[in-house]
Amino acid sequence: MLTRVLLAVLLCGMAAGLAMGAMQHFRLTPLILQAETFEHAEAGHSHGTTISQEPAQESASAEWAPQDGTERTVYTFAASILASAGFAALLAGAALMTGKTISRKSGWLWGLCGFIAMTLAPAAGLAPELPGMPAADLFARQIWWLFTIAATASALWLLAFKREPWAVVLALALVIIPHIIGAPQPTEHESGVPAALASQFVGASLGANAAMWLLIGILLGYVLPKAEAAEAS
Amino acid sequence: MTTRSISFPLSVSQRIAIGALCLFLGAFLTWGVGMAQDSRMHNAAHDTRHAIGFPCH
Repeated sequence: MLTRVLLAVLLCGMAAGLAMGAMQHFRLTPLILQAETFEHAEAGHSHGTTISQEPAQESASAEWAPQDGTERTVYTFAASILASAGFAALLAGAALMTGKTISRKSGWLWGLCGFIAMTLAPAAGLAPELPGMPAADLFARQIWWLFTIAATASALWLLAFKREPWAVVLALALVIIPHIIGAPQPTEHESGVPAALASQFVGASLGANAAMWLLIGILLGYVLPKAEAAEAS
Repeated sequence: MTTRSISFPLSVSQRIAIGALCLFLGAFLTWGVGMAQDSRMHNAAHDTRHAIGFPCH
């Protein structure tokens, strides 16, 4: 069976996810923790007059959550490793299904396209946000997010593999349409989280995601052809 | 990203089978970490959801 290819793909993703976890630990989680102090401070003396779309207060709920400190860090690393393995599987799956190769030469390009489709395009409408920032209805945002990723990924595929004018026109339309429709936005942007902290988080998040995706692509470029050859022999 | 369908070590049906499995598993993992509404899964993956830019709560 084809377990060797699958294992290779997942391991590439997990390695990139480990790097992502480290970048999070040093650059992103500190900003999240800082934002949470503002979120909680605000919740403490909120009179319910200003913010109608305040995200659910996780702290107030009795639901299970990892303890702050080591436990939370371990869960964050695990989540990043699993997410990255998932991204690697999506990228490799797309290549395998459409009959394209991720090679040592092209791996970084595949990774870059993954970053553009999965992070950059949706971030153009829904910037990575810190806890405590107001946002529109979750389901509406998830739908827009998925639609934007699918449209952008299709556009990149057309631009990479089709040369006909119709393909280029269609690709441009697919890139632009989600942003003409526009991402669901909150009615007001009032938040206790300082804007400087939020913008710092957006930059750091995009940078970390870019690094993770490039690593996924490069690793797949080295490993996937070998795994395919081993499987076939 | 050139098309070299002749040099693939795997057959077309093998590629489709493993490709579909990868896509399914990838979608499952991405959904589980990033989109599942169960509050325990949300809390466990909370910081990663924010860091990766998933639409979160």
